[in-house]
Amino acid sequence: MAARATPARLAKPVTGLSDRMVAWLFIGPTMLLLLALNIFPLFWAIALSFTNYRANRPNEPVDNVGIRNYERILTDPDIWISMQTTANFVFWTIALQTLIGFSLAYFIDRKFRGHAFWTTIILVPMMLSPAVVGNFWRFLYEPQIGLFAYAVSFVSGIPPTEIAMLSNVTLAPWSIIIVDTWMWTPYVMLICLAGLRSIPDYIYEAAEVDRASPWRQFWSITLPMALPFIMLAVLFRGIENFKMFDMVNLLTGGGPGSTTEVASITLKREAFEKWRTGYSSAFAIILFVAVFGLANIYVKALNRVKQR
Amino acid sequence: MTGWPKILRRGPMEALAVILIGLGFFMLFQPFVLQLYSMSFITLLVGTLMFIIVSKFPE
Repeated sequence: MAARATPARLAKPVTGLSDRMVAWLFIGPTMLLLLALNIFPLFWAIALSFTNYRANRPNEPVDNVGIRNYERILTDPDIWISMQTTANFVFWTIALQTLIGFSLAYFIDRKFRGHAFWTTIILVPMMLSPAVVGNFWRFLYEPQIGLFAYAVSFVSGIPPTEIAMLSNVTLAPWSIIIVDTWMWTPYVMLICLAGLRSIPDYIYEAAEVDRASPWRQFWSITLPMALPFIMLAVLFRGIENFKMFDMVNLLTGGGPGSTTEVASITLKREAFEKWRTGYSSAFAIILFVAVFGLANIYVKALNRVKQR
Repeated sequence: MTGWPKILRRGPMEALAVILIGLGFFMLFQPFVLQLYSMSFITLLVGTLMFIIVSKFPE
């Protein structure tokens, strides 16, 4: 069928608008929303970080304090410790999630009987709300009635009342790492599975013709070809875990003492308990620059791996 | 671009920016010296701004 021109009565209303203008009309609303919801608050936070503004006293005069907020944050030993807690938490969650997630993806990719059913079951934790997960893991961790304490007690022989995951200084950080790993390993698995499924079968067939061992195939084909996907999963989880708040707040609230007080918990305390809005804005900007800088070099590394 | 100074080309400048970001990131989260932590943000900021600018430079 031959193509026909747009009827004159339809074409008339848009006469006079260039293609560029039409493109702007389409992306304009999205750009406005992005500016209003993302870009404006960022610049507003940067401006507030140089003031002594307190959100609970909006009528008080606001003074410009220069870089004093930044100086105080960067010389405060307590904030330094919360940064270390965050780094510790991010390192272990990423390491465990990548290791377990990739292993699960590798086994699911074998396409054994019932693999679709098991994939769905494994994905369930990821679909739950962090509030729900936080609450039911609190019950699981209860030393008196919690299943977790009884399971560990059954294996180790230690009485369940002594396995106080959320109130023990040594165990509390691990309790959060375990829950985050349980919840987000399926996400890493899903991305790794996409990577493994994208490897063409003929590469393995050629490797088998060359009599390459399964171990050799894994190191020379599977891992290098799935690496961009693994790196992508690490990037997504790394950014998310640096600003991890809900799970820590629900499980330990930063305690016992300040052993699980990650940067986002400190930030929330400064902003909404002490109401030091200017100070907390400076803290948020420091965290933003750290994550933004790291994401930049990570994306560069990712592009290099993809080009290989 | 022939007139562009060799030292200001994208490759070496980007490498320097990446080193600064990596260094700043380590300084921010390391548990050893408080002074390093104090200097971390400025290192990170310089590295990040440099990375944004030099990634527009010619190869």
